[in-house]
Amino acid sequence: MAEIIKKATRESFGEALCELARENKDIVVFDADLAAATKTGVFKKEFPDRFFDCGIAEGNMMGVAAGMAAAGKIPVAASFAMFATGRAFEQIRNSIAYPGLNVKIAGSHAGISTGEDGATHQCIEDIAIMRAIPGMVVLNPADHWEMKAATKAAIEYNGPVYIRLGRLAIDSFNDPASYEFELGKGITLHEGSDVTVIATGLVVNEALKAVRELEAEGISARLINIHTIKPIDREIIVKAAQETGRIITVEEHNVVGGLADAVCQVVTDECPVKVTRIGVQDRFGYSGPAWELLDKFELTQPHIARVIREAVAEKK
Amino acid sequence: MDSSEITQLQILAAKARMGAILGTYHAKSGHPGGSLSAADIFTYLYFKEMNVDPKNPAWEDRDRFVLSKGHCCPSLYAILALKGYFDWDELTVLRHVGAMLQGHPDMKGTPGVDMSTGSLGQGVSAACGMALAAKLDKKDYRTYTLLGDGEVEEGQVWEAAMFASHHKLDNLVVMVDQNGLQIDGTVEEVAGIEPLDKKFEAFGFEVIKIDGHDFEQIAAALDKAKTVKGKPTAILCKTVKGKGVSFMENQVGWHGTAPNKEQYEQATAELQAEIDRLEGKC
Repeated sequence: MAEIIKKATRESFGEALCELARENKDIVVFDADLAAATKTGVFKKEFPDRFFDCGIAEGNMMGVAAGMAAAGKIPVAASFAMFATGRAFEQIRNSIAYPGLNVKIAGSHAGISTGEDGATHQCIEDIAIMRAIPGMVVLNPADHWEMKAATKAAIEYNGPVYIRLGRLAIDSFNDPASYEFELGKGITLHEGSDVTVIATGLVVNEALKAVRELEAEGISARLINIHTIKPIDREIIVKAAQETGRIITVEEHNVVGGLADAVCQVVTDECPVKVTRIGVQDRFGYSGPAWELLDKFELTQPHIARVIREAVAEKK
Repeated sequence: MDSSEITQLQILAAKARMGAILGTYHAKSGHPGGSLSAADIFTYLYFKEMNVDPKNPAWEDRDRFVLSKGHCCPSLYAILALKGYFDWDELTVLRHVGAMLQGHPDMKGTPGVDMSTGSLGQGVSAACGMALAAKLDKKDYRTYTLLGDGEVEEGQVWEAAMFASHHKLDNLVVMVDQNGLQIDGTVEEVAGIEPLDKKFEAFGFEVIKIDGHDFEQIAAALDKAKTVKGKPTAILCKTVKGKGVSFMENQVGWHGTAPNKEQYEQATAELQAEIDRLEGKC
Protein backbone atom coordinates (compact mmCIF):
# COMPACT_ATOMS: atom_id res chain seq x y z
CA MET A 1 0.00 0.00 0.00
CA ALA A 2 1.20 3.43 -0.88
CA GLU A 3 1.46 6.10 1.77
CA ILE A 4 -1.82 7.90 2.37
CA ILE A 5 -1.65 11.62 1.71
CA LYS A 6 -4.45 13.66 3.26
CA LYS A 7 -4.94 16.71 1.11
CA ALA A 8 -7.71 18.71 -0.53
CA THR A 9 -7.68 18.37 -4.32
CA ARG A 10 -7.51 22.19 -4.59
CA GLU A 11 -4.08 21.99 -2.92
CA SER A 12 -2.92 19.23 -5.25
CA PHE A 13 -4.13 21.39 -8.15
CA GLY A 14 -2.13 24.44 -6.98
CA GLU A 15 1.00 22.31 -6.62
CA ALA A 16 0.51 20.76 -10.04
CA LEU A 17 0.07 24.16 -11.67
CA CYS A 18 3.40 25.34 -10.28
CA GLU A 19 5.20 22.19 -11.40
CA LEU A 20 3.77 22.47 -14.90
CA ALA A 21 4.40 26.21 -15.15
CA ARG A 22 8.10 25.76 -14.43
CA GLU A 23 8.36 23.92 -17.73
CA ASN A 24 5.58 25.57 -19.73
CA LYS A 25 5.98 29.34 -19.98
CA ASP A 26 2.62 29.78 -21.73
CA ILE A 27 0.62 28.93 -18.60
CA VAL A 28 -1.03 32.01 -17.07
CA VAL A 29 -3.45 31.95 -14.16
CA PHE A 30 -6.49 34.07 -13.40
CA ASP A 31 -8.49 34.17 -10.21
CA ALA A 32 -11.44 36.20 -8.98
CA ASP A 33 -10.31 37.22 -5.50
CA LEU A 34 -10.22 33.64 -4.22
CA ALA A 35 -6.57 32.75 -4.82
CA ALA A 36 -6.06 31.79 -1.18
CA ALA A 37 -9.01 29.41 -1.33
CA THR A 38 -8.65 27.93 -4.82
CA LYS A 39 -4.91 27.54 -4.14
CA THR A 40 -3.88 29.44 -7.23
CA GLY A 41 -2.21 31.58 -4.56
CA VAL A 42 0.79 29.24 -4.58
CA PHE A 43 1.17 29.92 -8.31
CA LYS A 44 0.84 33.65 -7.67
CA LYS A 45 3.68 33.47 -5.16
CA GLU A 46 6.01 31.61 -7.52
CA PHE A 47 4.96 33.30 -10.78
CA PRO A 48 3.67 36.77 -9.90
CA ASP A 49 4.14 38.01 -13.48
CA ARG A 50 1.92 35.28 -14.88
CA PHE A 51 -0.86 35.60 -12.33
CA PHE A 52 -3.74 38.06 -12.73
CA ASP A 53 -6.33 38.71 -10.10
CA CYS A 54 -9.48 39.87 -11.87
CA GLY A 55 -11.24 40.85 -8.68
CA ILE A 56 -14.80 39.75 -7.98
CA ALA A 57 -15.81 39.73 -11.63
CA GLU A 58 -16.01 36.17 -12.92
CA GLY A 59 -17.68 36.97 -16.23
CA ASN A 60 -14.91 39.33 -17.24
CA MET A 61 -12.30 36.85 -16.02
CA MET A 62 -13.56 34.18 -18.40
CA GLY A 63 -13.59 36.66 -21.28
CA VAL A 64 -10.06 37.88 -20.54
CA ALA A 65 -8.90 34.26 -20.35
CA ALA A 66 -10.52 33.64 -23.74
CA GLY A 67 -8.68 36.62 -25.24
CA MET A 68 -5.40 35.40 -23.77
CA ALA A 69 -5.98 31.96 -25.26
CA ALA A 70 -6.74 33.54 -28.62
CA ALA A 71 -3.33 35.19 -28.35
CA GLY A 72 -1.61 31.84 -27.76
CA LYS A 73 -1.43 31.53 -23.99
CA ILE A 74 -2.75 28.64 -21.87
CA PRO A 75 -4.94 30.42 -19.33
CA VAL A 76 -6.25 28.73 -16.20
CA ALA A 77 -9.24 30.59 -14.73
CA ALA A 78 -10.17 29.64 -11.18
CA SER A 79 -12.99 30.50 -8.84
CA PHE A 80 -15.50 28.63 -6.72
CA ALA A 81 -17.41 26.13 -8.85
CA MET A 82 -20.59 28.04 -8.13
CA PHE A 83 -19.36 31.33 -9.56
CA ALA A 84 -17.16 29.92 -12.32
CA THR A 85 -19.83 27.72 -13.86
CA GLY A 86 -22.88 29.55 -12.55
CA ARG A 87 -22.21 33.27 -12.76
CA ALA A 88 -19.94 32.96 -15.77
CA PHE A 89 -21.75 30.16 -17.59
CA GLU A 90 -22.49 32.17 -20.66
CA GLN A 91 -19.01 33.64 -20.95
CA ILE A 92 -17.63 30.10 -20.77
CA ARG A 93 -20.16 28.93 -23.34
CA ASN A 94 -19.83 31.73 -25.87
CA SER A 95 -16.34 33.18 -25.40
CA ILE A 96 -14.43 29.99 -24.54
CA ALA A 97 -16.23 26.84 -25.67
CA TYR A 98 -17.84 28.01 -28.92
CA PRO A 99 -14.50 29.12 -30.42
CA GLY A 100 -12.84 26.08 -28.80
CA LEU A 101 -10.29 28.21 -26.99
CA ASN A 102 -7.60 26.62 -24.88
CA VAL A 103 -8.81 27.75 -21.45
CA LYS A 104 -8.81 25.57 -18.34
CA ILE A 105 -11.60 26.42 -15.92
CA ALA A 106 -11.07 25.33 -12.34
CA GLY A 107 -14.10 25.21 -10.04
CA SER A 108 -13.16 24.84 -6.40
CA HIS A 109 -15.33 24.31 -3.31
CA ALA A 110 -17.59 22.08 -5.36
CA GLY A 111 -20.24 19.94 -3.72
CA ILE A 112 -21.77 19.60 -0.27
CA SER A 113 -18.34 19.18 1.34
CA THR A 114 -17.79 22.91 1.02
CA GLY A 115 -19.45 22.73 4.41
CA GLU A 116 -20.22 25.62 6.70
CA ASP A 117 -20.68 28.27 3.97
CA GLY A 118 -23.97 26.60 3.12
CA ALA A 119 -26.17 26.24 0.07
CA THR A 120 -25.14 29.41 -1.80
CA HIS A 121 -21.58 28.11 -2.01
CA GLN A 122 -22.19 24.36 -2.30
CA CYS A 123 -22.28 23.92 -6.05
CA ILE A 124 -24.07 20.69 -6.97
CA GLU A 125 -24.80 21.63 -10.59
CA ASP A 126 -21.37 22.42 -12.07
CA ILE A 127 -20.87 19.05 -13.77
CA ALA A 128 -24.35 19.20 -15.30
CA ILE A 129 -23.79 22.74 -16.57
CA MET A 130 -20.35 22.07 -18.01
CA ARG A 131 -21.17 18.75 -19.64
CA ALA A 132 -24.11 20.34 -21.44
CA ILE A 133 -21.69 22.56 -23.39
CA PRO A 134 -20.57 21.05 -26.72
CA GLY A 135 -16.89 20.09 -26.73
CA MET A 136 -16.21 20.79 -23.07
CA VAL A 137 -14.01 18.24 -21.30
CA VAL A 138 -15.16 17.68 -17.70
CA LEU A 139 -12.75 16.29 -15.11
CA ASN A 140 -13.48 15.35 -11.50
CA PRO A 141 -10.37 13.86 -9.88
CA ALA A 142 -10.73 11.78 -6.73
CA ASP A 143 -7.50 12.18 -4.80
CA HIS A 144 -4.16 13.94 -4.65
CA TRP A 145 -2.40 11.81 -7.26
CA GLU A 146 -5.29 11.84 -9.66
CA MET A 147 -5.64 15.61 -9.40
CA LYS A 148 -1.98 16.14 -10.21
CA ALA A 149 -2.17 13.84 -13.21
CA ALA A 150 -5.47 15.34 -14.38
CA THR A 151 -4.11 18.88 -14.16
CA LYS A 152 -1.17 17.84 -16.32
CA ALA A 153 -3.48 16.18 -18.83
CA ALA A 154 -5.73 19.25 -18.91
CA ILE A 155 -2.77 21.50 -19.72
CA GLU A 156 -1.49 19.12 -22.40
CA TYR A 157 -4.93 18.86 -24.04
CA ASN A 158 -5.63 21.64 -26.55
CA GLY A 159 -9.15 22.91 -25.88
CA PRO A 160 -11.54 23.94 -23.12
CA VAL A 161 -11.51 21.87 -19.95
CA TYR A 162 -13.49 22.14 -16.71
CA ILE A 163 -11.78 20.66 -13.67
CA ARG A 164 -13.59 20.24 -10.36
CA LEU A 165 -11.70 20.91 -7.12
CA GLY A 166 -12.73 20.14 -3.56
CA ARG A 167 -12.24 22.13 -0.38
CA LEU A 168 -12.11 19.19 2.02
CA ALA A 169 -8.86 17.39 2.83
CA ILE A 170 -9.29 13.75 1.83
CA ASP A 171 -7.16 10.62 1.94
CA SER A 172 -5.38 9.48 -1.20
CA PHE A 173 -6.04 5.92 -2.30
CA ASN A 174 -4.08 5.73 -5.56
CA ASP A 175 -0.51 4.47 -5.67
CA PRO A 176 1.70 6.96 -7.51
CA ALA A 177 4.05 4.14 -8.55
CA SER A 178 1.40 2.46 -10.66
CA TYR A 179 -1.24 5.16 -11.24
CA GLU A 180 -1.87 6.18 -14.85
CA PHE A 181 -4.29 8.87 -15.97
CA GLU A 182 -5.72 8.74 -19.44
CA LEU A 183 -8.22 11.41 -20.47
CA GLY A 184 -11.61 9.81 -21.08
CA LYS A 185 -10.70 6.44 -19.59
CA GLY A 186 -12.33 5.09 -16.44
CA ILE A 187 -10.33 3.07 -13.96
CA THR A 188 -11.45 -0.22 -12.42
CA LEU A 189 -10.41 0.04 -8.78
CA HIS A 190 -11.99 -3.21 -7.62
CA GLU A 191 -13.10 -6.22 -9.58
CA GLY A 192 -16.53 -7.70 -8.98
CA SER A 193 -19.39 -9.53 -10.68
CA ASP A 194 -22.59 -8.99 -8.64
CA VAL A 195 -22.97 -5.27 -9.20
CA THR A 196 -20.95 -2.30 -10.49
CA VAL A 197 -20.46 0.90 -8.54
CA ILE A 198 -19.46 3.83 -10.73
CA ALA A 199 -18.18 6.76 -8.69
CA THR A 200 -16.53 10.11 -9.31
CA GLY A 201 -14.58 12.64 -7.28
CA LEU A 202 -14.40 12.88 -3.54
CA VAL A 203 -16.77 9.95 -2.89
CA VAL A 204 -14.72 7.42 -4.86
CA ASN A 205 -12.71 6.55 -1.74
CA GLU A 206 -15.96 6.09 0.23
CA ALA A 207 -17.17 3.68 -2.43
CA LEU A 208 -13.83 1.88 -2.39
CA LYS A 209 -14.10 1.35 1.37
CA ALA A 210 -17.66 0.12 0.91
CA VAL A 211 -16.85 -2.49 -1.74
CA ARG A 212 -13.91 -3.76 0.32
CA GLU A 213 -16.12 -4.01 3.40
CA LEU A 214 -18.69 -6.05 1.44
CA GLU A 215 -16.10 -8.51 0.21
CA ALA A 216 -16.10 -10.04 3.70
CA GLU A 217 -19.84 -10.54 3.36
CA GLY A 218 -19.40 -12.42 0.10
CA ILE A 219 -20.62 -9.56 -2.08
CA SER A 220 -18.59 -9.07 -5.24
CA ALA A 221 -18.97 -5.43 -6.22
CA ARG A 222 -16.98 -3.90 -9.05
CA LEU A 223 -15.85 -0.30 -8.59
CA ILE A 224 -15.10 2.03 -11.49
CA ASN A 225 -13.64 5.49 -10.97
CA ILE A 226 -14.80 7.94 -13.61
CA HIS A 227 -12.42 10.92 -13.42
CA THR A 228 -13.42 12.13 -16.89
CA ILE A 229 -17.15 12.73 -16.97
CA LYS A 230 -16.95 14.06 -20.49
CA PRO A 231 -16.03 12.42 -22.79
CA ILE A 232 -17.22 9.47 -20.74
CA ASP A 233 -15.68 6.02 -21.07
CA ARG A 234 -18.55 4.20 -22.78
CA GLU A 235 -16.67 0.95 -23.15
CA ILE A 236 -16.00 0.40 -19.45
CA ILE A 237 -19.64 1.21 -18.58
CA VAL A 238 -21.16 -1.05 -21.23
CA LYS A 239 -18.87 -3.89 -20.21
CA ALA A 240 -19.88 -3.44 -16.57
CA ALA A 241 -23.57 -3.40 -17.50
CA GLN A 242 -23.18 -6.58 -19.55
CA GLU A 243 -21.11 -8.44 -17.00
CA THR A 244 -22.79 -7.41 -13.73
CA GLY A 245 -26.29 -6.43 -14.89
CA ARG A 246 -26.70 -3.76 -12.20
CA ILE A 247 -25.19 -0.31 -11.71
CA ILE A 248 -25.00 2.11 -8.80
CA THR A 249 -23.64 5.61 -9.42
CA VAL A 250 -22.09 7.71 -6.65
CA GLU A 251 -21.38 11.42 -6.89
CA GLU A 252 -21.20 14.51 -4.72
CA HIS A 253 -23.45 16.38 -7.14
CA ASN A 254 -27.10 16.60 -7.95
CA VAL A 255 -28.40 13.30 -9.34
CA VAL A 256 -29.78 15.45 -12.16
CA GLY A 257 -27.33 16.13 -14.95
CA GLY A 258 -24.13 14.70 -13.50
CA LEU A 259 -22.45 11.30 -13.48
CA ALA A 260 -25.75 9.46 -12.98
CA ASP A 261 -27.25 10.92 -16.13
CA ALA A 262 -24.05 10.42 -18.09
CA VAL A 263 -23.99 6.72 -17.13
CA CYS A 264 -27.74 6.30 -17.74
CA GLN A 265 -27.33 7.75 -21.22
CA VAL A 266 -24.68 5.16 -22.05
CA VAL A 267 -26.60 2.16 -20.69
CA THR A 268 -29.93 3.18 -22.25
CA ASP A 269 -28.11 3.55 -25.58
CA GLU A 270 -26.27 0.26 -25.47
CA CYS A 271 -27.22 -2.12 -22.65
CA PRO A 272 -30.19 -1.14 -20.47
CA VAL A 273 -29.80 -2.26 -16.84
CA LYS A 274 -31.21 -0.88 -13.61
CA VAL A 275 -29.24 2.10 -12.27
CA THR A 276 -29.50 3.39 -8.70
CA ARG A 277 -28.29 6.96 -8.28
CA ILE A 278 -26.50 7.91 -5.07
CA GLY A 279 -25.94 11.65 -4.92
CA VAL A 280 -27.62 14.84 -3.83
CA GLN A 281 -31.29 14.07 -4.39
CA ASP A 282 -32.31 17.26 -6.21
CA ARG A 283 -32.24 19.48 -3.13
CA PHE A 284 -30.09 22.30 -1.82
CA GLY A 285 -27.49 21.82 0.87
CA TYR A 286 -27.13 23.67 4.17
CA SER A 287 -24.43 24.69 6.64
CA GLY A 288 -22.48 22.19 8.68
CA PRO A 289 -19.13 20.42 8.96
CA ALA A 290 -18.26 18.63 5.73
CA TRP A 291 -18.23 15.04 6.98
CA GLU A 292 -21.49 15.51 8.87
CA LEU A 293 -23.10 16.82 5.69
CA LEU A 294 -21.70 14.00 3.56
CA ASP A 295 -23.23 11.58 6.05
CA LYS A 296 -26.57 13.43 6.14
CA PHE A 297 -26.69 13.36 2.34
CA GLU A 298 -25.90 9.62 2.49
CA LEU A 299 -22.70 9.83 0.46
CA THR A 300 -20.39 7.97 2.86
CA GLN A 301 -19.20 4.37 3.14
CA PRO A 302 -22.06 2.95 5.29
CA HIS A 303 -24.74 4.40 3.03
CA ILE A 304 -23.03 3.24 -0.14
CA ALA A 305 -22.57 -0.24 1.40
CA ARG A 306 -26.28 -0.39 2.30
CA VAL A 307 -27.36 0.48 -1.23
CA ILE A 308 -25.01 -2.15 -2.66
CA ARG A 309 -26.42 -4.80 -0.27
CA GLU A 310 -29.96 -3.87 -1.28
CA ALA A 311 -29.12 -4.03 -4.98
CA VAL A 312 -27.50 -7.44 -4.65
CA ALA A 313 -30.42 -8.78 -2.54
CA GLU A 314 -32.89 -7.50 -5.13
CA LYS A 315 -30.93 -9.18 -7.92
CA LYS A 316 -30.93 -12.55 -6.11
CA MET B 1 -4.43 62.19 -44.88
CA ASP B 2 -5.27 64.23 -47.97
CA SER B 3 -8.69 64.68 -49.53
CA SER B 4 -8.20 62.02 -52.17
CA GLU B 5 -7.31 59.48 -49.47
CA ILE B 6 -10.45 60.44 -47.60
CA THR B 7 -12.48 60.00 -50.79
CA GLN B 8 -10.98 56.53 -51.25
CA LEU B 9 -12.00 55.61 -47.70
CA GLN B 10 -15.48 56.98 -48.33
CA ILE B 11 -15.79 54.81 -51.43
CA LEU B 12 -14.70 51.74 -49.46
CA ALA B 13 -17.18 52.56 -46.71
CA ALA B 14 -20.00 52.91 -49.25
CA LYS B 15 -19.00 49.52 -50.69
CA ALA B 16 -19.02 48.04 -47.17
CA ARG B 17 -22.53 49.39 -46.72
CA MET B 18 -23.56 47.82 -50.01
CA GLY B 19 -22.11 44.54 -48.78
CA ALA B 20 -24.13 44.77 -45.57
CA ILE B 21 -27.31 45.39 -47.57
CA LEU B 22 -26.43 42.60 -49.99
CA GLY B 23 -25.75 40.15 -47.16
CA THR B 24 -28.82 40.89 -45.06
CA TYR B 25 -31.03 40.87 -48.17
CA HIS B 26 -29.85 37.40 -49.18
CA ALA B 27 -29.97 36.18 -45.58
CA LYS B 28 -33.50 37.54 -45.19
CA SER B 29 -32.34 38.48 -41.68
CA GLY B 30 -29.56 40.27 -39.86
CA HIS B 31 -28.82 43.73 -38.58
CA PRO B 32 -28.47 46.45 -41.20
CA GLY B 33 -28.88 49.50 -38.91
CA GLY B 34 -25.76 49.08 -36.78
CA SER B 35 -23.79 47.62 -39.69
CA LEU B 36 -24.30 50.90 -41.52
CA SER B 37 -23.46 53.09 -38.52
CA ALA B 38 -20.17 51.24 -37.94
CA ALA B 39 -19.04 51.01 -41.57
CA ASP B 40 -16.73 54.04 -41.52
CA ILE B 41 -15.02 52.83 -38.36
CA PHE B 42 -14.39 49.37 -39.86
CA THR B 43 -13.09 50.98 -43.03
CA TYR B 44 -10.59 53.16 -41.26
CA LEU B 45 -9.41 50.39 -38.94
CA TYR B 46 -8.75 47.86 -41.71
CA PHE B 47 -7.55 50.21 -44.47
CA LYS B 48 -5.53 52.77 -42.48
CA GLU B 49 -5.03 51.89 -38.87
CA MET B 50 -4.37 48.24 -38.30
CA ASN B 51 -1.24 46.31 -39.10
CA VAL B 52 -2.74 43.13 -40.58
CA ASP B 53 -2.01 40.76 -43.44
CA PRO B 54 -4.99 39.17 -45.22
CA LYS B 55 -2.63 36.52 -46.61
CA ASN B 56 -1.67 35.54 -43.08
CA PRO B 57 -4.74 36.13 -40.91
CA ALA B 58 -3.22 34.27 -37.93
CA TRP B 59 0.02 36.28 -37.98
CA GLU B 60 0.85 36.48 -34.30
CA ASP B 61 2.14 40.07 -34.31
CA ARG B 62 -0.92 41.50 -36.08
CA ASP B 63 -3.12 44.14 -34.54
CA ARG B 64 -6.39 42.65 -33.30
CA PHE B 65 -9.98 43.76 -33.70
CA VAL B 66 -12.84 42.40 -31.62
CA LEU B 67 -16.34 43.28 -32.77
CA SER B 68 -17.99 43.23 -29.37
CA LYS B 69 -21.28 44.30 -30.99
CA GLY B 70 -21.08 41.12 -33.03
CA HIS B 71 -24.47 41.49 -34.71
CA CYS B 72 -23.03 44.28 -36.87
CA CYS B 73 -20.80 41.83 -38.70
CA PRO B 74 -22.34 42.19 -42.19
CA SER B 75 -20.37 45.37 -42.90
CA LEU B 76 -17.30 43.95 -41.15
CA TYR B 77 -17.50 40.93 -43.44
CA ALA B 78 -17.75 43.28 -46.41
CA ILE B 79 -14.63 45.13 -45.27
CA LEU B 80 -12.76 41.84 -44.74
CA ALA B 81 -13.76 40.78 -48.26
CA LEU B 82 -12.64 44.12 -49.70
CA LYS B 83 -9.37 43.74 -47.82
CA GLY B 84 -8.87 40.32 -49.43
CA TYR B 85 -9.52 37.85 -46.61
CA PHE B 86 -12.18 36.01 -48.63
CA ASP B 87 -14.37 36.29 -51.67
CA TRP B 88 -17.03 39.02 -51.89
CA ASP B 89 -19.59 36.46 -53.06
CA GLU B 90 -19.58 34.91 -49.59
CA LEU B 91 -21.88 37.80 -48.66
CA THR B 92 -24.60 36.41 -50.90
CA VAL B 93 -24.81 33.29 -48.73
CA LEU B 94 -24.45 35.03 -45.37
CA ARG B 95 -26.34 33.06 -42.69
CA HIS B 96 -27.06 30.21 -45.11
CA VAL B 97 -26.65 26.57 -44.07
CA GLY B 98 -23.06 25.48 -44.61
CA ALA B 99 -21.83 28.99 -45.40
CA MET B 100 -18.66 30.43 -43.92
CA LEU B 101 -20.21 33.70 -42.76
CA GLN B 102 -22.25 33.13 -39.61
CA GLY B 103 -24.97 35.35 -38.20
CA HIS B 104 -22.46 36.49 -35.60
CA PRO B 105 -18.65 36.44 -35.98
CA ASP B 106 -16.97 33.02 -35.78
CA MET B 107 -13.19 33.18 -35.36
CA LYS B 108 -12.79 29.50 -36.16
CA GLY B 109 -14.52 29.63 -39.52
CA THR B 110 -13.87 33.11 -40.89
CA PRO B 111 -10.39 34.37 -41.78
CA GLY B 112 -9.79 37.83 -40.37
CA VAL B 113 -12.21 37.46 -37.46
CA ASP B 114 -10.10 37.67 -34.32
CA MET B 115 -12.76 36.70 -31.79
CA SER B 116 -16.12 34.95 -31.78
CA THR B 117 -18.67 37.41 -30.49
CA GLY B 118 -22.37 38.06 -30.50
CA SER B 119 -23.33 37.85 -26.87
CA LEU B 120 -23.13 41.50 -25.90
CA GLY B 121 -20.57 42.64 -23.38
CA GLN B 122 -18.21 39.73 -23.93
CA GLY B 123 -15.95 40.97 -26.70
CA VAL B 124 -14.47 43.77 -24.65
CA SER B 125 -13.19 41.28 -22.06
CA ALA B 126 -11.57 39.18 -24.79
CA ALA B 127 -9.95 42.34 -26.16
CA CYS B 128 -8.54 43.00 -22.67
CA GLY B 129 -7.07 39.48 -22.70
CA MET B 130 -5.39 40.08 -26.05
CA ALA B 131 -3.99 43.43 -24.92
CA LEU B 132 -2.71 41.85 -21.72
CA ALA B 133 -1.09 39.03 -23.70
CA ALA B 134 0.77 41.63 -25.79
CA LYS B 135 2.05 43.28 -22.61
CA LEU B 136 3.12 39.94 -21.18
CA ASP B 137 4.97 39.00 -24.36
CA LYS B 138 6.39 42.53 -24.75
CA LYS B 139 4.89 42.78 -28.21
CA ASP B 140 3.76 46.04 -29.70
CA TYR B 141 0.58 44.93 -31.43
CA ARG B 142 -2.54 46.89 -30.49
CA THR B 143 -6.06 45.67 -29.80
CA TYR B 144 -9.22 47.48 -30.88
CA THR B 145 -12.79 46.71 -29.95
CA LEU B 146 -16.09 48.23 -30.99
CA LEU B 147 -19.08 48.30 -28.66
CA GLY B 148 -22.63 49.39 -29.27
CA ASP B 149 -24.10 52.10 -27.09
CA GLY B 150 -26.90 49.77 -26.03
CA GLU B 151 -24.23 47.19 -25.25
CA VAL B 152 -22.68 49.32 -22.52
CA GLU B 153 -25.78 48.53 -20.45
CA GLU B 154 -24.17 45.11 -19.91
CA GLY B 155 -22.38 44.92 -16.55
CA GLN B 156 -19.50 42.95 -18.04
CA VAL B 157 -18.44 46.03 -20.04
CA TRP B 158 -17.70 47.80 -16.78
CA GLU B 159 -15.96 44.80 -15.23
CA ALA B 160 -13.74 44.83 -18.30
CA ALA B 161 -13.29 48.62 -18.09
CA MET B 162 -12.04 48.31 -14.51
CA PHE B 163 -9.71 45.50 -15.57
CA ALA B 164 -8.32 47.49 -18.50
CA SER B 165 -7.46 50.53 -16.43
CA HIS B 166 -6.19 48.48 -13.46
CA HIS B 167 -3.75 46.73 -15.80
CA LYS B 168 -2.89 49.99 -17.58
CA LEU B 169 -3.76 48.58 -20.99
CA ASP B 170 -2.64 51.55 -23.08
CA ASN B 171 -2.46 49.19 -26.06
CA LEU B 172 -6.26 48.83 -25.98
CA VAL B 173 -8.73 51.12 -27.73
CA VAL B 174 -12.40 50.73 -26.86
CA MET B 175 -14.64 52.40 -29.44
CA VAL B 176 -18.36 52.93 -28.92
CA ASP B 177 -20.69 53.19 -31.90
CA GLN B 178 -23.09 55.71 -30.42
CA ASN B 179 -25.98 55.55 -32.86
CA GLY B 180 -28.40 56.19 -30.03
CA LEU B 181 -30.82 53.38 -30.83
CA GLN B 182 -31.39 49.87 -29.52
CA ILE B 183 -34.06 47.28 -30.20
CA ASP B 184 -36.72 48.60 -27.84
CA GLY B 185 -36.24 52.30 -28.62
CA THR B 186 -33.71 55.05 -28.12
CA VAL B 187 -30.93 54.21 -25.68
CA GLU B 188 -31.97 57.08 -23.46
CA GLU B 189 -35.58 55.84 -23.36
CA VAL B 190 -34.70 52.21 -22.71
CA ALA B 191 -31.92 52.46 -20.10
CA GLY B 192 -30.00 55.73 -20.32
CA ILE B 193 -26.20 55.51 -20.35
CA GLU B 194 -25.22 59.18 -20.31
CA PRO B 195 -22.94 60.80 -19.39
CA LEU B 196 -20.92 58.04 -21.07
CA ASP B 197 -17.74 60.12 -21.32
CA LYS B 198 -17.73 60.76 -17.58
CA LYS B 199 -18.38 57.09 -16.90
CA PHE B 200 -15.36 55.99 -18.94
CA GLU B 201 -13.26 58.77 -17.38
CA ALA B 202 -14.27 57.58 -13.93
CA PHE B 203 -13.25 54.05 -14.92
CA GLY B 204 -9.76 55.31 -15.74
CA PHE B 205 -9.92 55.83 -19.50
CA GLU B 206 -8.65 58.59 -21.72
CA VAL B 207 -11.86 59.66 -23.46
CA ILE B 208 -12.15 61.15 -26.93
CA LYS B 209 -15.48 62.13 -28.50
CA ILE B 210 -15.79 62.24 -32.26
CA ASP B 211 -18.13 62.09 -35.23
CA GLY B 212 -17.88 58.42 -36.18
CA HIS B 213 -18.51 59.18 -39.86
CA ASP B 214 -15.71 61.74 -40.19
CA PHE B 215 -12.48 60.05 -41.27
CA GLU B 216 -10.30 62.94 -40.18
CA GLN B 217 -11.75 62.78 -36.69
CA ILE B 218 -11.43 58.97 -36.57
CA ALA B 219 -7.79 59.31 -37.67
CA ALA B 220 -7.01 62.01 -35.14
CA ALA B 221 -8.59 60.06 -32.29
CA LEU B 222 -6.75 56.82 -33.10
CA ASP B 223 -3.49 58.73 -33.52
CA LYS B 224 -3.98 60.38 -30.16
CA ALA B 225 -4.75 57.02 -28.54
CA LYS B 226 -1.26 55.85 -29.51
CA THR B 227 0.26 58.66 -27.49
CA VAL B 228 -1.70 57.88 -24.33
CA LYS B 229 0.44 56.01 -21.83
CA GLY B 230 -0.55 54.07 -18.74
CA LYS B 231 -4.27 53.85 -19.44
CA PRO B 232 -6.68 52.63 -22.10
CA THR B 233 -8.50 54.94 -24.48
CA ALA B 234 -12.22 55.10 -25.14
CA ILE B 235 -13.36 56.73 -28.38
CA LEU B 236 -17.02 57.63 -28.28
CA CYS B 237 -18.17 57.80 -31.89
CA LYS B 238 -21.39 59.68 -32.54
CA THR B 239 -23.02 57.94 -35.47
CA VAL B 240 -26.30 57.62 -37.36
CA LYS B 241 -27.94 54.21 -37.29
CA GLY B 242 -28.70 53.16 -40.86
CA LYS B 243 -26.21 55.73 -42.21
CA GLY B 244 -26.06 55.97 -46.00
CA VAL B 245 -29.50 54.53 -46.78
CA SER B 246 -32.12 57.27 -46.66
CA PHE B 247 -35.05 55.23 -45.38
CA MET B 248 -32.99 53.39 -42.75
CA GLU B 249 -31.36 56.40 -41.11
CA ASN B 250 -32.31 56.90 -37.45
CA GLN B 251 -35.05 54.29 -37.62
CA VAL B 252 -35.30 51.90 -34.65
CA GLY B 253 -37.10 49.38 -36.87
CA TRP B 254 -33.98 48.79 -38.98
CA HIS B 255 -32.01 47.34 -36.07
CA GLY B 256 -32.68 43.74 -36.96
CA THR B 257 -34.83 43.67 -40.08
CA ALA B 258 -33.63 42.64 -43.52
CA PRO B 259 -34.54 44.69 -46.60
CA ASN B 260 -37.04 43.19 -49.03
CA LYS B 261 -36.31 43.16 -52.77
CA GLU B 262 -37.61 46.66 -53.38
CA GLN B 263 -35.79 48.08 -50.36
CA TYR B 264 -32.62 46.22 -51.33
CA GLU B 265 -32.73 47.70 -54.81
CA GLN B 266 -33.40 51.21 -53.55
CA ALA B 267 -30.65 51.02 -50.92
CA THR B 268 -28.18 49.62 -53.44
CA ALA B 269 -29.07 52.35 -55.95
CA GLU B 270 -28.53 55.05 -53.33
CA LEU B 271 -25.16 53.63 -52.32
CA GLN B 272 -24.11 53.15 -55.95
CA ALA B 273 -24.99 56.78 -56.65
CA GLU B 274 -22.80 57.78 -53.72
CA ILE B 275 -19.93 55.66 -55.02
CA ASP B 276 -20.34 57.18 -58.51
CA ARG B 277 -20.35 60.68 -57.03
CA LEU B 278 -17.20 59.96 -54.99
CA GLU B 279 -15.44 58.33 -57.93
CA GLY B 280 -16.24 61.39 -59.99
CA LYS B 281 -14.20 63.40 -57.48
CA CYS B 282 -11.13 61.23 -57.98
